Parts: sequence; C-alpha cells; structure tokens
Amino acid sequence: MVPGKESTIRTESVPKPGAPHIEVRNLTMAFGNFVLMRELSFNIRHGDVFIIMGASGCGKSTLLNHMIGLNEPATGEILYDGFDFTGAGPVSRERMLRRFGVLYQSGALWSSMTLAENVALPLGEFTDLSRSEIRNLASLKLALVGLRGFEDHYPSEISGGMQKRAGLARAIALDPEALFLDEPSAGLDPLSSRLLDDLILQLRDSLGATVVVVSHELASIFTIGNNSVFLDVDSGTQIAVGDPKYLRDHSGDPRVRKFLTRDGSAAPEKIDGQAR
Amino acid sequence: MPGAGEIDQKIAAHPPRLIVYDARELSAWDSSLISFLFELGEFVREHKIEQDRSGLPAGVQRLLALAESVPERKAARTDTVSAMFIDRVGASTIAYAASFADFLGFLGSLSIAFGRMLSGRARFRGSDLFEALQQCGANALVIVALISYLVGVILAFMGAVQLQQFGASIYVADLVGIGMVRDMGAMMTAIIMAGRTGAAFAAQLGTMKVTQETDALTTMGISPMEFLVLPRTIALVMMMPLLCLYSDLIGIMGGASVGAGVLNLSLTVYLKETIAALTLGGFLGGLVKSAVYGALIAVAGCWRGFQCARSSSAVGDAATEAVVTGIVMIVAACGIFAVLFHILGI
Repeated sequence: MVPGKESTIRTESVPKPGAPHIEVRNLTMAFGNFVLMRELSFNIRHGDVFIIMGASGCGKSTLLNHMIGLNEPATGEILYDGFDFTGAGPVSRERMLRRFGVLYQSGALWSSMTLAENVALPLGEFTDLSRSEIRNLASLKLALVGLRGFEDHYPSEISGGMQKRAGLARAIALDPEALFLDEPSAGLDPLSSRLLDDLILQLRDSLGATVVVVSHELASIFTIGNNSVFLDVDSGTQIAVGDPKYLRDHSGDPRVRKFLTRDGSAAPEKIDGQAR
Repeated sequence: MPGAGEIDQKIAAHPPRLIVYDARELSAWDSSLISFLFELGEFVREHKIEQDRSGLPAGVQRLLALAESVPERKAARTDTVSAMFIDRVGASTIAYAASFADFLGFLGSLSIAFGRMLSGRARFRGSDLFEALQQCGANALVIVALISYLVGVILAFMGAVQLQQFGASIYVADLVGIGMVRDMGAMMTAIIMAGRTGAAFAAQLGTMKVTQETDALTTMGISPMEFLVLPRTIALVMMMPLLCLYSDLIGIMGGASVGAGVLNLSLTVYLKETIAALTLGGFLGGLVKSAVYGALIAVAGCWRGFQCARSSSAVGDAATEAVVTGIVMIVAACGIFAVLFHILGI
C-alpha cells in the first residue's frame, strides 16, 4: 500500500499536522497508597510509533495497562480522538477497545486454542464474516507474521518468538487503529528482534495504525520510534517527551542522554546525584 | 572471623578516625568477606570514620565498589517491624471483609453475565461448554462410582451393627436408600467435584491470569466472566444432578451387596424394601441439592481463580482455597437444606 515505507519512516521526526490520536492528561498511577508515577501528560499523533521507555520497574507496562483500560488511573484522563476513555461507560468503552490491538509481554495466547482459533476468536465475535472467510483471514494474518502453515498448532507447541508473532497476528486481527505492544522484542535473539521491528513498521504503514511500544532495547527504540516518553523512577514522573533520536543527541537532561547512549552503566552515582 | 556486630561495638566504644585494612596474609576469600566488609563499611560511614581499603585484594575492592555504587533506595525497604497481635487481628478482619465484598462483586457480575446469556447476548464458545460438560460429567464417572459404592457399603455396615441386634436387618435397605438419595449421594458427589473440578477451575483461571490470557480477553472487549465462568458454571450445574442420580444408584448397589453378601438378605427383598422406602420428594430434594452444590463449587473455583495473584505459587494457593471454600459452602448449604426440608416437611 505504501511503497518505500522504511526509508520514509525512519527519517521522519517532524510532527504531522492534525489532532492527536491519543492524549494522556495529568495521569497519576497508584496502587493503594503507593504512587508509582504522577502527572504524566503527552500526546500521540496518528501514525506515530510511540515508545514508552525508562529503566526496569519504573512503570512502563503499568502505563500501557492504563492506556488499554486494565488499570484505572488514580487521577487524570486518557483520550482517544478526543473521546474520554477513562471515564467512558462500559458500552462505549467496549466499542473503543475493539479498535485496539494488544500484544502482551508473554504473548498471552489462549492456550486451549490453536493459533488459527486464537486469531479467529475476535473475528468470530465481532464481525459477520462466514466461517470460511474467518478461517482464510486468520491464515492471512498468520502468514503476515511469518507463521504460514502453523494454523493448527497449539501455543505450547511453538517457540517463544513464534508465540510473540502469533500474539501480534491476533492483535492485528481486527485491523486496529491503535496497536499496543508490551516489550515485543524481549527475550528474542537480535535477528528475530530486528525482523519483528521491520514487521511492526510494515504493519503500521499498511494498517495506518498508531503503535505504542513499551521497550528498553535501544536498537529497537531508534529503529522504529518517532516519538516517546521517558519515565524516571527517582523523580516519579516523565522527564522527557519527543523523538528518541532527537532526545539522544539534544536532550538537556543528562539522565535521558545517558540512558539512550548506554553511558549510564559506568557511573550510576553521578546520575543519582543529579536526580536528588 | 568475628561478626560485624562485635567489631561495630568495639569501634563504637573507642571510635578511631581512620580504619586501615591489611590483607597481606590473606590467601583466599569468598563472599562472606565481602559481606563483612560491606556491613562494616555502612557502619563506618554512619559514624563518619574514614577507611582505607587499598590494602585489600583488588577483586574485593572492585566488588565492594560495585555493591556500593547504587545507594540504598529507602522506599524499597518494607516495614519489617512485627505488628502487634491486635493489629494483625484487625488487619486480617479487614482483609476478610474485603474478600467478602469481592465475593459479592463476583456474584453480581456473574448474575449480569447470566442475564446477558438469557437474552442471548453473552459471548462464549459452544465448544468450551461441551468440553466443560465432558470434564465434569463423563470424566468423573469412575471416581464417583468408586466413592459412592464405598459410601453405600459403609452406611450398610453402620446400620447393620445396630439393626441386627433387633433382628431388623432388612431396614438396612431403608437406611442406605434414604441416606443415599436424600443426602449422601449429593454430598459425596459434591465433595469429589470440589476437589476435582473446583480446583481445576481455579488453577485454569489462575494460570490464565498469570499468563495475561484473561487480560487479552478483556482488552478484546470479551468479558472473561461470560467467556470463562459461564460455560464452566452451566456445565457443573447441569452435570451435578446427573452425577448425583448415578451416585444414588451405585450407593444403593453398595448397600445391596452388603445386604446380600453379609446379612444374608435376598436381593429381591432388599430392592423391594428400598423401593418402598424411597419417596419422590426425597429424590427431587437430593437432585435440587446437588444442582445448588454444583453452582457453589463452580462459583468458589472461578472466584478463587480470578483472585489469583500473578505468580505460580499463587495458582497453587488459589486451587487450595477453591477446594476449602467449596467444601465449607457445601457443608453450610447442606445444613441450611436440612433445616429447610424439615420445616417444609419433605
């Protein structure tokens, strides 16, 4: 659909005109009395590949869970195309959820179903397609992620990387407008991880979807990301927003630059000194 | 090597300004040395005493530098101060009340899911229902038969000891028949199913929670309550009365084999006596009980599964809790039924 996709995307860093697809406003995430992150505010444009980054355990996956409605925010709101998601009633929320695709960290394929059934389930529940059409579509989605011929395998019979890809096939089953990926390349070898990155970009281009990725793998962040938020565990909030490549070269915050250039590992005291 | 505590005390008694380490005669060391020096270092820093580590082996210095490079995150330490007894009683009472509220919430959403099913809007797969039916129906036949037969035999022996003294052995048939049909059939099936199927439900749903499979359903706009809990509950409520009927029959056969084999009663007489003793009300009462027990087992299993935390040990806890909760609820319900049936005169 979009020829020459890779070259145009990777150099893109200029904001596109138009309203943001996803807005996060003053979001505070808390478990009981423990506040994990406060006052997160950022916008994600249509077609962005948006990276949620930060050190391990700083709440990246939790932020993603808030964006897909698995956790309720303590305060603040999340809007999709201007519609309030966090305050939506069950019916309109279910309608919004149907336009999301989510790939979980562990793949989260339904283990009692074959790969084809996993991909076919949302198609069967939310479309009027016939059985054979659904079967063909499921095969197509699996072929898109390179799993042609694995339709009748169960998730336990394939490798971890294949499970991730099958999870991606399920996430794109309904041609979502927003695709959420929780650490897609974690636990994959560098080559598979690279292939997955290419796949994500191709899917973004062909589906026209906005992609939100939780990641701390630098190679992947720079390859696919054109916008990002950086969460810092010590200050308990976001400390940078923008194109990760721009942040790497021009961020005024040494914590961000160190993370993005892998310079931080040698001198953690110094980072910490500046955080206090 | 003295413990760090002893040295701390000695130093605290006569605080020096500088501590110098000398390890020239040290031939080998392991992590316990690092641990000792690490603790000592903390103490020394707190008391503002300087230390010179240049006399230590290079490897020790490097490891100490690595361990001390990131300062302790104070918030990461949880309060380990042991709470007072009364605090703990209070905390567990509050937790208990919260879990009761959680249970009511679960029942509420299950009722809504049932309502949606009755109006034809619930989302679950027929094949899941079929699998659950097979799981808690056909697959349970052997174990239910074994236990029921033995319960029938036990009931017969228990009755025989007393009744033989009056020469009224034939009433063993009444005792076994009425006992199995009114209570023991439903009760024993329920306890088997709580251990077998209730635990399986909790483990299945708990594992799905750990692997985020339930999250995947939720974010797809499919309610886990409809997709996972409904078919399991329906299957168990449908299968329990059938299993109970089967258990009644096998139990009576168990009693009959004692009657014929040990008490020298003729099989025909025994069965005639049984038929005369049984009433339709007793039968129906037992079947109603078993259906209710089935609902309780399914609810306990699925609820505990959904409560499961995200770790593999939590799945084990959920399965255990499901069995305990299920059996407690079955026995409580049995008591309520006994009073109710007594009042109604069934």
